[in-house]
Amino acid sequence: MSTQRELDDLVKAGYEAGFVTEVESDTLPPGLNEDTIRFISEKKNEPEWMLEYRLKAYRHWLTLEEPDWAHLKIDPIDYQAISYYSAPKKVGDGPKSLDEVDPELIETYNKLGIPLEEQKALAGVAVDAVFDSVSVATTFREELAKAGVIFCSISEAVHEHPELVKKYLGSVVPHTDNFFACLNAAVFSDGTFVYVPEGVRCPMELSTYFRINEAKTGQFERTLIVADKGAYVSYLEGCTAPMRDENQLHAAVVELIALEDAKIKYSTVQNWYPGDENGVGGIYNFVTKRGDCRGDRSHISWTQVETGSAITWKYPSCILQGDDSVGEFYSVAVTRGRQQADTGTKMYHFGRNTRSTIVSKGISAAHGQNAYRGLVRMGPKAENARNHTQCDSLLIGDKCGAHTFPYIEVRNPTAKVEHEATTSKISEDQLFYCRQRGLKEEDAVSMIVNGFCKEVFNELPMEFAVEARKLLNITLEGAVG
Amino acid sequence: MLSIKNLHVNVEGKEILRGLNLEIGKGEVHAIMGPNGSGKSTLSYVLAGRDGYEVTEGEVLFEGRNLLEMEPEERAWAGIFLAMQYPVELPGVNNMTFLREALNAVRKGRGEEELDAVAFMKLIREKAEVVKLPEKLLKRSVNAGFSGGEKKRNEILQMALLEPKLGILDETDSGLDIDALRIVAEGVNSLRNPERSFLVITHYQRLLDYIEPDHVHVLAHGQIIRSGDKHLALELEEKGYGWILEEAAA
Ligand SMILES: Nc1ncnc2c1ncn2[C@@H]1O[C@H](COP(=O)(O)OP(=O)(O)OP(=O)(O)O)[C@@H](O)[C@H]1O
Ligand SMILES: [Mg+2]
Repeated sequence: MSTQRELDDLVKAGYEAGFVTEVESDTLPPGLNEDTIRFISEKKNEPEWMLEYRLKAYRHWLTLEEPDWAHLKIDPIDYQAISYYSAPKKVGDGPKSLDEVDPELIETYNKLGIPLEEQKALAGVAVDAVFDSVSVATTFREELAKAGVIFCSISEAVHEHPELVKKYLGSVVPHTDNFFACLNAAVFSDGTFVYVPEGVRCPMELSTYFRINEAKTGQFERTLIVADKGAYVSYLEGCTAPMRDENQLHAAVVELIALEDAKIKYSTVQNWYPGDENGVGGIYNFVTKRGDCRGDRSHISWTQVETGSAITWKYPSCILQGDDSVGEFYSVAVTRGRQQADTGTKMYHFGRNTRSTIVSKGISAAHGQNAYRGLVRMGPKAENARNHTQCDSLLIGDKCGAHTFPYIEVRNPTAKVEHEATTSKISEDQLFYCRQRGLKEEDAVSMIVNGFCKEVFNELPMEFAVEARKLLNITLEGAVG
Repeated sequence: MLSIKNLHVNVEGKEILRGLNLEIGKGEVHAIMGPNGSGKSTLSYVLAGRDGYEVTEGEVLFEGRNLLEMEPEERAWAGIFLAMQYPVELPGVNNMTFLREALNAVRKGRGEEELDAVAFMKLIREKAEVVKLPEKLLKRSVNAGFSGGEKKRNEILQMALLEPKLGILDETDSGLDIDALRIVAEGVNSLRNPERSFLVITHYQRLLDYIEPDHVHVLAHGQIIRSGDKHLALELEEKGYGWILEEAAA
């Protein structure tokens, strides 16, 4: 009576973004030592201070131990087996226009449905495409420049805006912060830099699509976004990776800084390769993302839709220093197959009247394991600070799991923290009801799941909300049965 | 239009329907009454194709097609609609979205064009008027936190929207207040036409005062043990089931 076979086929239909682009690359052999770092720095023609920064981080990293794996089951990572630099060869110093970009690369992005060519670009979206380690094309830069917005690769920023980079790089996530952030500080290859000057509302959504391509290359992206007083910027990061047998390491660092009255909205849609149904292959995603509400009345909002990676370990956080500053975290995390996700947020309330909102939606299907881990800390000076946390889990099938670990520390008696948590299951009753009304089982599942995620999707920019919904549907195809 | 022959159904290894026969013609309204646990809901679920109901013998033809081989959604496309005794809640799923998805799924299944948002809005307002469903219920999650009566009205709204060929109403009258009962019954009556048939499961004659059946059947111990016209329902109301059960046993 059931469509079991078709569903099975769908499950095995595999990962749509799984193809490898054949371009010659300039890849460093695996291994990590001070020479590796000098090589990277030299390749990028970096100033001395940047090299020093990297070496300091590397030396510190040598003293660190890998973290304990939270709720995750993980094979040990051999850091000497990873190549720390890979750049598409023909690109050289980076193309000046799209005509100079390797057509294979453009084809890759086309397959992913990414609008690299300006005429195809979603109206109002500027794309900074990162292919493996080097930024290959940047669109809309001129228009942004007119508004005074700086949007470029971090390597360019090191050359062209050293004073800004020196001032802000590592100021939110210092290299001493954690094992992966430290490694990133030592070997980061490229990433995105955004600076929105005082009083400027960035005229378009900024977006970077990351793509991990070269086998055995780790990706160590570095993103730095600064919104000066009264500025506003919305940024979207989207990621896909081709299919690989080896687990690939991704250890990015994202730093956001919002000064007085500034607002940064950072959205992520992540569908890196999760590994096959037995858990072979797939991306290890260990990311440090942190936003600093440095000025009064500043506002940082994280929205993430996580459907990919074999292992996800990320806690986009907010440091609420300025009085009346606001931190938000909206998250949908999906695990299926053998995927494991340990994600959540940390809200550090330091300033007075600071407010934070956390909405976390975890969906587990098949053997997926989903853990929410959230920390809310109210410091001694956080008068009248408020947090509201809502943490919902949805289970599809009975072999998956959801776990919630809220940590709350309150050091100011006027501060208030609220936590709500629910767990529900898509029931056979619900599916039958929908099917009786003419919906196919998978459409019923995606409708229920979309309903479950609505509050988070509402936070995404329109076009990306549509994208996220589609992605979720693809991810959950055949999850029931 | 619907022909059930010698239907035997097991649930969890226990035989619930034991050789049920029923013929429903085009445009006819059939009422099924019977004691609690006699298998009325089971029959409705089997017709709708719910998992877990094992047909061990017999056949069901719907407009000449073997219904038992079809998936639940295919049956919906073919024109079977089941208003459930206990409508299911779908938290988070907006009722309006659900209605549109369902309508378009059914239309697609029937080889018709999907309705655009504007046409749908117009249609749904019209249909909601028929069952007097307050518009605010369209904006809430499907059945979530609806009162018993509101759920039943929502079922009839869905039926009005999906325009089935056979509407099966499983105790749609239970839990309705007097006014709601009339509204729901009028809603059903407005859907009656020479092409559309109904199978109305109920415990009370009251509903049948409004929705006048062409035939009344008594289901007991997994079989139809007596059939008659609308007067049978009146007789049952007066005397209960005891006498029929005794006669059947004799
Ligand atoms: N899933 C199930 N598991 C076990 N027994 C079941 C299941 N579903 C139905 N039954 C049994 O089958 C019999 C018929 O149930 P059914 O719901 O069809 O009765 P009904 O005639 O609709 O009763 P009511 O008038 O109370 O609604 C009952 O004895 C019931 O307990
Ligand atoms: Mg019943």
